Amino acid sequence: MAVLVYIQNFGGKLKKQNFEVASYASKVAESMHCPAIAVVMGTMEDSEIERLGNYGISKTLRIADKVYNTLINKLFTRVVQQVVVQENVTIVVFPDNNEGKAIAPRLSVRLNAGFVSGVVSLPLSVEPFIISKRVFSGKALAQVRINSPLKIVSLAINSFGLHEAKTPNRIVSFEPEVSLNDDSSRVVDRKMHAEGISLLDADKVVSGGRGMKGPENWKPLEELAKVMGAATACSRPVSDAGWRSHEEHVGQTGKIIAPNLYIAVGISGATQHVAGISRSKCIVAINNDADAPIFEVADYGVIGDAAQILPKLTEAFKAFKGE
Amino acid sequence: MKLLVCISNVPDTTTKVKFTDNQTKFDSIGVQWIINPWDELALTRAVDLKEESNNPVSEVLVVNVGSAETEPTLRKCLAIGADKAIRIDSDTKDAFQTAKQIAAMAQKEAFDFIICGIESGDYNSSSVGGMVAEFLDTASISSVSDIRFEGGKAIVERDADAGKEYLQVDGTAVLIVQKGFAQEPKIPNMRGIMMARQKPLEVISAVDANALTEYTGFRLPEPKAKVKMVSPDQMKELVNFLSTEAKVL
Ligand SMILES: Cc1cc2nc3c(=O)[nH]c(=O)nc-3n(C[C@H](O)[C@H](O)[C@H](O)COP(=O)(O)OP(=O)(O)OC[C@H]3O[C@@H](n4cnc5c(N)ncnc54)[C@H](O)[C@@H]3O)c2cc1C
Repeated sequence: MAVLVYIQNFGGKLKKQNFEVASYASKVAESMHCPAIAVVMGTMEDSEIERLGNYGISKTLRIADKVYNTLINKLFTRVVQQVVVQENVTIVVFPDNNEGKAIAPRLSVRLNAGFVSGVVSLPLSVEPFIISKRVFSGKALAQVRINSPLKIVSLAINSFGLHEAKTPNRIVSFEPEVSLNDDSSRVVDRKMHAEGISLLDADKVVSGGRGMKGPENWKPLEELAKVMGAATACSRPVSDAGWRSHEEHVGQTGKIIAPNLYIAVGISGATQHVAGISRSKCIVAINNDADAPIFEVADYGVIGDAAQILPKLTEAFKAFKGE
Repeated sequence: MKLLVCISNVPDTTTKVKFTDNQTKFDSIGVQWIINPWDELALTRAVDLKEESNNPVSEVLVVNVGSAETEPTLRKCLAIGADKAIRIDSDTKDAFQTAKQIAAMAQKEAFDFIICGIESGDYNSSSVGGMVAEFLDTASISSVSDIRFEGGKAIVERDADAGKEYLQVDGTAVLIVQKGFAQEPKIPNMRGIMMARQKPLEVISAVDANALTEYTGFRLPEPKAKVKMVSPDQMKELVNFLSTEAKVL
């Protein structure tokens, strides 16, 4: 028996979210008195993989062929399936992100294993297996029971945190038996992000709404984000109007994010917006309307004109950092 | 090319959710139902592709697994521009059971692309698209934010961690799409609404399919502590709170 965690390969590097899912898998394994093991696809140095041992992973299977440096949903599913069978895995843990969403549902069908996505805590019970997740875009929490012998869950990023548990992590190479000739979809081009912090990974986010009044007023917001080391985001009308790129749109129909700190500037706090940000650890709202619903979900609020407050906040952060 | 868009029927995004039967069932009394917003974007783009003449898309079908109550939502899809709607007559138990129904139907017709929204606004599973693909043993591309055609071949744009990737697709595939695939949903016009009445809405019976998961209870999140107000002249104090009280810096 074992708990398997899928470790996404970020161009040969691990990120905090990898350690979070590893921590989670280790805790689940602990409650079941079995080892937590990991699978990594594509090229990654030993020294990097070994770090998973700090979070309780005792063995990592690496599929080092560089074919696996690019995600192919169907192929990756086949490989993880073979690992599950070989290692006698009973629970598979994925991150609830793009890559987890790409593979986990397919694996569920492949293995006839019940899948619950976006779980937010450890199982409430292992036998029967019951776990909680957010539903209705964060408006409620549900308990879900998985009835199949094999189980798959994906962990909501930033919901569990890091839990150190040092173990030596043995690295084993795994040779899957798959055909690499399937050409039904292949990457023909790439466009890398410009420098800057990716919204989905960001620890801090500064976000602007219609209260910013126009795209020409974004300078002070960007300046604040830069000083804080934050990513920038926006509400839907802002991206619909083309003031900002739709990549920045957060909310129910945009990106769903869970940073440690979310600063909402000139955003009213409509339920569809809140659906995308309510998992943030701390929310600061800056708005000139004391009755704006954003203050109902915010931890800290400032009432006033964004144009005047932003530079002051930037100065305060500079002072804090000792600049 | 023939496209199939999978449609989830979900409560309006402003719904105040409630539960009944000892907090084990969603209370649908008084709820307005809508096309799942991501499915609406998927359908919008599918219809646009059909209406533009410079690509090979010629037909757009929509499918929903659900009871007769979901038919107004399917009619709206027809009004937006789908050619035909199919309702697979079954209550939905979980994503696995739903995907199996869709796959069984899709197997009988040759669709070039099956398009699903990235998640459903009710149970937020992000599962049906990937599951349909695996049942059909076909390629799937997730986090799709655009599509274009080059010499009859589809080039699909997806979000990867480091940026955008463009995939050429040969043969059928399931596309799991997000914002960007379309920017804003199409609003049906009068003509579309009139035409929708004449368009076929076929009801087919479900196949045998079990569920693997089961919702056993619901609760509302704990109410949040009251917001702490900070004066606009005290931004140093705010930063101090964030550092020492909220501990997020
Ligand atoms: C199906 C559906 C899905 C949706 N999905 C999303 C989504 O994913 N994300 C999203 O954001 N929205 C979404 N919406 C839209 C949502 O309902 C709101 O319309 C939107 O969030 C409002 O954006 P806003 O807060 O920027 O603008 P507004 O609601 O116009 O709010 C602007 C705010 O700025 C304040 N303000 C004005 N001037 C100033 C100033 N000088 N200084 C400080 N504050 C000022 C105002 O008091 C106001 O509170 C969706 C809607 C629907 C129907």
